This record gives sequence, structure tokens and C-alpha cells, in this order.
Amino acid sequence: MRKIWDIHGGVHPPENKTQSLQRGIENAGIPPVLVHPLSQHIGAPAAPIVEVGQRVLKGQMIAEAKGFVSVPVHAASSGTVSAIEHREIPHPSGLLAPCIVIDTDGKDEWIELDPVDDYTTLEKADLLHRIRDCGIAGMGGAGFPSAVKLSTRDDAVIDTLIINGTECEPYITADDMLMRERADQIIAGIKILQYLIQPTEQTLIGVEDNKPEGIAALRQAAEDSNIEIVVFPTKYPSGGEKQLIQILTGREVPSGGLPADVGIVCQNIGTTVAIHRAVQFGEPLISRITTVTGDACSAPGNFEVLLGTPVDYLLKLGGFNQAQCLRLVMGGPMMGFTLKDTSVPVVKTTNCLLAPTTEELPPPPPAQACIRCGLCAEACPVSLLPQQMYWFARGKEYEKLEDHNLFDCIECGACSYACPSNIPLVQYYRASKAEIRKQQQEKVKSEHAKARFEARQLRIEREEAEKEARRKARQEAAKKKAAAGKDPIKAAQEKAAAPAVDPAQAAIEKAMAKRSGAAPEESSEETLARLQKAVETAEKRLESASAKLKEAEAADAPNLGALQTAHERMTEKLAKAKEELQQHQQASSGASDTDDPAAAAIARAQAARASKEDKSPLEKAQEQVASLEKRLTKSEQKLAEAKESGSDTAEVLEQSTAKLREKLDSARAELAQISESEAPVAAAASTNDPAQLAIEKAMAAREAAAKLSPEDKARKALESLEARVEKTRAKLAEAEESGADTVEVLRDTLAKLEDKLAEARKDPGVEG
Amino acid sequence: MALLTVSSPHAHGPMSTATVMRLVLLSTLPGVFALTYFFGFGTLSNILLASLLALGMEALILKIRKRPIGFYLNDCSALVTAVLLGIALPPASPWWILAVGILFAIVFAKHLYGGMGYNPFNPAMVGYVVLLISFPVQMTSWVAPIGTFNGEVLGPIDALMRTFSFSGVDAVTMATPLDVLKQNNSLLVEDLWASNSQFGTLAGVGWEWANIGFLLGGLYLLYRRVFTWHAPISMLLSLTLLSALFYDGGSSASGGSPLFHLFSGATMLGAFFIVTDPVTSAVSNKGRIIYGACIGILVYLIRVWGNYPDAIAFSVLLMNFAAPLLDHYTQPRTYGHKKKNLQKEAD
Ligand code: SF4
Ligand code: SF4
Repeated sequence: MRKIWDIHGGVHPPENKTQSLQRGIENAGIPPVLVHPLSQHIGAPAAPIVEVGQRVLKGQMIAEAKGFVSVPVHAASSGTVSAIEHREIPHPSGLLAPCIVIDTDGKDEWIELDPVDDYTTLEKADLLHRIRDCGIAGMGGAGFPSAVKLSTRDDAVIDTLIINGTECEPYITADDMLMRERADQIIAGIKILQYLIQPTEQTLIGVEDNKPEGIAALRQAAEDSNIEIVVFPTKYPSGGEKQLIQILTGREVPSGGLPADVGIVCQNIGTTVAIHRAVQFGEPLISRITTVTGDACSAPGNFEVLLGTPVDYLLKLGGFNQAQCLRLVMGGPMMGFTLKDTSVPVVKTTNCLLAPTTEELPPPPPAQACIRCGLCAEACPVSLLPQQMYWFARGKEYEKLEDHNLFDCIECGACSYACPSNIPLVQYYRASKAEIRKQQQEKVKSEHAKARFEARQLRIEREEAEKEARRKARQEAAKKKAAAGKDPIKAAQEKAAAPAVDPAQAAIEKAMAKRSGAAPEESSEETLARLQKAVETAEKRLESASAKLKEAEAADAPNLGALQTAHERMTEKLAKAKEELQQHQQASSGASDTDDPAAAAIARAQAARASKEDKSPLEKAQEQVASLEKRLTKSEQKLAEAKESGSDTAEVLEQSTAKLREKLDSARAELAQISESEAPVAAAASTNDPAQLAIEKAMAAREAAAKLSPEDKARKALESLEARVEKTRAKLAEAEESGADTVEVLRDTLAKLEDKLAEARKDPGVEG
Repeated sequence: MALLTVSSPHAHGPMSTATVMRLVLLSTLPGVFALTYFFGFGTLSNILLASLLALGMEALILKIRKRPIGFYLNDCSALVTAVLLGIALPPASPWWILAVGILFAIVFAKHLYGGMGYNPFNPAMVGYVVLLISFPVQMTSWVAPIGTFNGEVLGPIDALMRTFSFSGVDAVTMATPLDVLKQNNSLLVEDLWASNSQFGTLAGVGWEWANIGFLLGGLYLLYRRVFTWHAPISMLLSLTLLSALFYDGGSSASGGSPLFHLFSGATMLGAFFIVTDPVTSAVSNKGRIIYGACIGILVYLIRVWGNYPDAIAFSVLLMNFAAPLLDHYTQPRTYGHKKKNLQKEAD
């Protein structure tokens, strides 16, 4: 015999299971209308992908998953989408939420399915994808997306796979019936899970001892497998995931942690059948087994019901008598919630509809004073002190509540059940949890706002500093250049080369900064590496965010909301990073028709720079000018295109084009100056290769300079500077008039030149 | 559609506070029967008058506090207090003794602290101790049990007459066996036993049977899971251990055998009806074990070396003081937590 552990506390409410076990599972048929809520699971709601009026087939995806913790929704039968609107959904607070409404046509026409004969041929990721695409979420209670639950971290070693067939809530027999009638499918589903999870030690199905028939059926079906059925005494709430884990393995899932932290993955038994059908037959989750019971139902039983079926349709099949029933519960009597309206649909987590008579479950009597009897603490499966928490909850002492581990409370209701004073303890805990969550969210929000403000402040400061640094650098360069006036070739070369690292680089930087907020100069490989890393970190972050979210959801932690938003943000970031990486890869692979001009520009600029490396300075200068021209043409062309198509890259392009033009102009100006100062080579000016021209001119200038006296040289330099200042001024005026965004650059250049000129004038002779 | 919106759980256990209280009342019957058989109708007259007074005072104070009277009277907690006090007081106590006792129990110990559930001290024991300190003579004179002296015990009329202090009814009173044993310092226990007709097989005549009666009632409550075994059993255990430790086989200075202590005075009444009072005891099981054990120790200490004949009331009140502290230091370890709450706080 396998060792079985006991959990603390627990209660023994009357089981009331026999009523609904009199008949086998019956098919509920096709209701005239199906209402599919977009959120039937924990996580982000699905997004509709059908339109009103569209005909849909049975099993067709009608809403797709949004984000990592989400699952899609499928049409449960064929028909026409008649509305996508807010409707009442089954939820404790009677929420209105978006639903897709389908008027069924009764044909029940399937969409083409994609069965897999041998799932072992599939990759793990493909399998998970399939499970997710089939919309499978935990069918036991919370509705956590199964694929998320099954995608354990790679470093986590799972030794035990646990299938939860406990069904400890009174009245509910859906899993029991499933075991009796579909044990084969359960085992088939578990085998898929085994393949996915690869538990290193054991696979256990936990079942309470009040289901002998189900157990026998399972045992038979599992005969030739390594799946063990573990039977343990009936006690509520043995079926809580953490409780079941403790019963079967003696391990405790750490507070705020996941079963995977102790090497365990746990799945509901109903979910295994859904997974089996999804993998083997490609069937999405469109139906489930729901128990309809309670004394107000004359024909209680279990029904295979299409998801989206309105509750009143199903109740009718169970012989529901409204007059006898004061409260209608979805779920069991311990953890279920009351429905305000019978028009709400059956969803993925609807395991039971309980319609008790007033005698059966009388309305709660008024609460009396707590007599500190401790029966609640005695009953609590988590070993909390419910009566203390009750005092604190009443006193709104939230810190004390958290100290007393309020967030470890699984809201099982055992304490309320046991309380002789009829105190609705769980209600107090729920309200307190909600309040604490709200407060935390507000705190997070204000912290975010603060962080944003600080980041902005910092950015502004940094930008100021950078501007200052640039200005200084330019002044330095100007001095140097003035000093280097004796060597016009070098100057020309510098001049020709300088713009490449200046405006072009600036354009690149700006383009890059605009997209990724990334840092300065880097080679193509560096960019690639950086982007890859960004994707990697984003992936890692997303993973940890998902894990955290999962944990939080499992533990019902207070920061759930914050985590969800964080998770969404991470998902977005990852998508962005990936996109960027892709773009970059396209750009660097030379796809000039890439639709990201900036990336292309970067790539080309970098390629040009790289090819420059092993060439002589002359060639470089030549190429520089040539490439500048080429780039300008291209840039202009692209700009025109972008403008035409109204693309938002137009702005970036415009800037970079302007800068390119400016750069080219200044390079040409330089050449012009040289040519002006040196008449003998004027003949060469006829050439239309400006780079060649510049080089020739520069060489000529050097020759001439060599002959000149220092005063002459100085004078010449001065003259050339003056000419440049003049030209820049003209250009600036022009730019200002046309409102071009090169104005600033020009102003900078002008300032720089004027500085230089002033210096040169101050000390004309000595410079040489 | 008028469907009820209530939060889960929808099912509720069979136990209610009123049920608990009624079960407690019911379980006092064997003990009360024994007391009546051996000491006459004085106990019943105590209970009757105390109950009436308690209900009246409770109703009055509820009215003053503007609480729904019927709702609160229905929980029977005042009745339990009255019955326990009535049992604890000497049979056929005068009415004014009862009135003062109930006044302190219901008005001061219970309602001035906020009513049911808020009282840190056991109301019946507060009433008892106030009386013991104020009227030591009346409180220590216990009617003689059947078979001693003239062999007669108080009938119902006599008891009521005595309760209302009409002259003419003169019951024989004497010290209780606990008292006798404590005062004794010359005779061996064995000789004391032989020379004193009020000693029975285990302890005092009548007392042993009353204790057996309350033990039976207590076991029934335990069986019905009205309370857990922790506090009463640990109290009885510690009392047994301590008396065994100091029992020297019966010298004149002996403190009495374990059996004597278990079946004397209000031991069983205390163990199963006072120590188990949920409101004023520790909450966790571990806390209750300590709580019960400490009461057992205190009972022995006060019985043997203290100035009062019985010690249940003092011991219980002393430990009522300590209960919150015990609660604080005996918080259970929550599932999934490595440390206890307390240690976590200290980190
Ligand atoms: S069960 Fe109810 S009355 Fe008893 S201690 Fe807990 S909250 Fe108080
Ligand atoms: S609802 Fe919470 S406090 Fe109450 S028994 Fe369940 S886990 Fe314990």
C-alpha cells in the first residue's frame, strides 16, 4: 500500500452525490442560442475574430488568445454569429462581459479537424500549441490555461504527475461519471501528459474513496500502464490542488509558489479528456460534462453539454422547478457561487448546477458572536486561524491579516461550514483580499508614476549633458582643424571623412534611438547581438513574469492585477524586440527593399564604413563622397515614397536626407574652396566626380601650399573660412525660410565656423 | 427573478452556538443529579434562581445596550453561566449571594466587556471568586451529604425556604473533604479517612459521584465534538501527575492521592465545563494543552498550599489572563510556510 498523508482540518458535509448518479451521461443537445464569453479562463480575455452575421462551423475558432496566459474560444455548434456584445456571464459578482452569441442552425456542421495519429511525432512545443489552440483551460475550477500550466521551466525537474479526480465537493459527480464511462479517454489523455511532462518518478490519479465504480473503471483502463490510482478517505477539501499534493506526496507547495517548485504538475481529470480529444482528434474544447442536481430538479443527472448553452436550457433537462428553488448555485455547495439569472451560459469551468430547495440549503441564519470555539481553525486545511483573521478583517487591520497569511486562504469555506455562530468568514476574507489588492494596485500605480517622472527627469538631464559635450567636442575639433590648416589634404580628408561620423552617424543614431532607445555607435554585428540579447532578455523576463503570474494566480496573491499588466507589457516588449531583430536581420542581409528604411540606412552606412577600413585615405575620401551622393539619391527617393504612402518613417527619412544633403554640401564646399584658392587645377574642375575633384584639388593645394609663405597660408585659410562662413549663412537663411529641420545642424556648423574664423583672425601669422 | 445572492459556502454544518450551549446544559444533568441526590435540592434551587436572575439581567442589559433581546437570549449562553455558577455555589445559597454572583458574572464579566465572545474572563468564575472573597463564611459552608449526621438532606421546599432565608430551616453544614484534608496535620490519611464519615471510596461522599457525573457529561460533549480533548485532558493529566509526585503514601502532611484530587471538589466540573469555555481559553490546540496543563498545576498548588479550599476558579481566571499570550505563541504553521507566523514576524 502506498503511504497517504493527512491534511490538517477538513470537514465532512453530507455528500449528496447519489442523486445525480442514477443515470449515465446524457447529451444535452443543441440549444437555439449559444453564448460564448470571451473570458472563461484565468488570464487575458480572447479577442473575437468573427463578425456579426458570419456563419461559423462547429469547432471553428471565434476568438483568439491574447497574450501568453490566455486561450481561444471556439463555436460549439454551427450557426450564425448574431451578436458580439456584453452579456451577463457566470461570475460571483454577476458581471457583464463581452460574449459572442451564435444562433445555431441545428446542422452541427464540423469544421475540418486536424487529427494526429501519433502524438509522439510532435514536438513538445507543437503539442502545447495544439492544447492552447484548442482552448483548453483547467476544467476543475479556476480555468487556468492548461498549456501554461504544462509548460514548465526547462530547469524544473518534474518527478510526479498528479491527476486530480478527487471531486471533493458535495453534490458534484461530473468527474465520477467521466471515470465510469470514459476511463479510456482519461488514460489516453494522461499518456499525452506523461509524454509532455516526462515525470521521472510516478503518475498518480488521486480519487476519494466515495467513488468505487469510477475507481474500478480507472483501474481497469490503467492496467497496462505505469499510472497508479491512489484512493484516500473522503474529506472536504481534499481536492484542492495543494491539499491533494499533500495527501499524495506529503509535500507542501511553498506559499506563493507552484507545484512545479516541489517537482509536481497537477491536472484535473476532466482536462485530460479534453487534451486527449484535442491532440488525437484535433477537437477544440466545445463541450463538457456538467452535473445538474439539487432537490429542485426532478431529474438530476450528468449532461454532456455544449459550452455556451444557457443555464435555463440545461436546467430544463434536469426537471428544474423554479418555484422550489431560492438560490441557484454554479459549482458545489462549498465553493460555488449563486447565479442571479438563468440566462448565463455554461462555460469551461461549469462542473455543476445546483438547484437546492429551501429546506435543503436554507438561507443563512443571522451571524452570532464569535465564541472563539476554534472549530474554524480546526477545520482549516491550510492551518490558518480563521477566527483571528475574522477579528482583523472586521477591524480592517490589513497588515495583521497578511501577517496571518490571509493570502494562503484557499476560500474553501470549511471554516464557515464549521462555525457554530454562522459567521460568513469566507466573505470577510474575500472582501479583505479585494481591498488589500486594490490598495496594492494603487501603490504600484503611484510608484509607476513616480518612476516615470524620475526617468523623464533623468533623460532631460542626460540630453542636456550630451548636447553640452557635443558642443565642446566640436569646438575642440575646430581648433584642431584650424591648427591643421597647413595641410589642406589632410583637412580635406578629414572634412570628407568627418561628416560620415557626424551627421550620418547622427541620423543613424537618431533612427535607432527612435526605434529602440538604444545607445551610440555599433557595428552591424553588435547591433545584431544587441537585438538578439534584447529578444532574449525580453523572453526571459516574459517567462519569469508568466511564472510569477501563474504563481500569483495559483496563490491568489494580492498583486495579481499588477502582475497581469506587467505580463502584458512584457509580451508587447518581446514582440517589439523580435520585430526589431527581424528587421535588422533583413537589413543586414542586404534586402534594400526592406520596409524599414532606417535599418537599411544603418546597414549600408555600416557596410560602407567597414569597406572603408582597408583602403587608402584618398580612396576613402573618394568613396565617401560618391557614397554620400548615392545615399542622398536613395534617401530622397525613399523619402518621396514614404511621403506618398504616408508612412511614419517619413519624418526620420526627411531628417536623414537633409543631413546627408548638408554633409554633401559641406564636402563640396570644401572642394570648392580648394579649387577657388588654386586656379591651376581649375581645369580638373570639369570632372563631375566631386571626390576625385576634391582629392586632386587637395593635392594641388598641398603643392601650392608648400610653395607659400606662412602668412600666405594663414591668409588662405582665413579666406577659405570666410567663404565657408558665408556659404553656411546663406544655407542657414534658406533653411530657416523653408523651416527645414536642418536649421539646428546648420546653426551649429555656423557657430563652429565662426569660432574658427575668429581664432584665425586673431592670430593670422603665427598659425603657420 | 428573485434568486438569492449569497456567498459560498452554501452548506452549513449542523453545529450552532445555541446547539452547543444546549448540549452543555444537557450534559450537566448527571452531575446535577448526583449533587441533588447527595446534598439535597439546594443545588436545584441554586440553578433555578440563578437562571431566572441571569435571564432577567441579560435581558435588561441587552435592552440598555439596544441589542435584539430574543436573538441573544436564544444563544443560551447566559443560562450556561447561571447553571455553572449555581452548581459551583454551596447548595441552597441565599438569594442575595446568587444575585451578587450573577450580577458580577453577567453584567460585569460579560456585558461590560462587550458581551458574548468578547469577555476575557469566564463569567461564572468571576462571579464565584467575587463571592468567595466577599462572603467567605457562606461560601465555605457546604451542606452535609446524605448519610452523615442525621442522614437527612434538604427537600425542595426546605431548599427554597433556605434560599430565601426564611427562618426555621437549618441545614447542617460542614467543611468539604478538601478542606478537612488540608486542615489535617496530625492524622495519617488512612486514619483521617476512617474517622470521618464524609469520606467515601475515592474522595468525599457525594463528591465522588458528582465528579463522576460531570465526567460522564464531559465525555458525552467530547463525543459530540463540542470541544476538543486538549484542554480538559491536559488539565486532568497535570493534576494527576503533580498529585502523584507529591503523594507520599498517606502521611499526615500528604496532599492527597491523585484519585482524591480527581474526584474532589469541582475537578471534573472545571475540566469539562469551565476549562473548555471557548471564549476565555486559548484557541489553538497546542495553546489549549498548555492552558489546561497550567490550570491543573495551579489547582494542585492552590489546593495544597493556598488559602482556599478549592482552586478551580482562581486557576481558571489566572489562565484566562494568559490565554492571549498563549494564542500568540502557539500559532500553527500555515501550509506552505516553513516558519511559524510568529517567527516570521520576528525576522
Ligand atoms: S468557528 Fe466561528 S465562533 Fe468558533 S471561533 Fe471560529 S469564527 Fe468564532
Ligand atoms: S476558507 Fe480559508 S480560512 Fe477558511 S478553512 Fe478554507 S482556507 Fe481556511
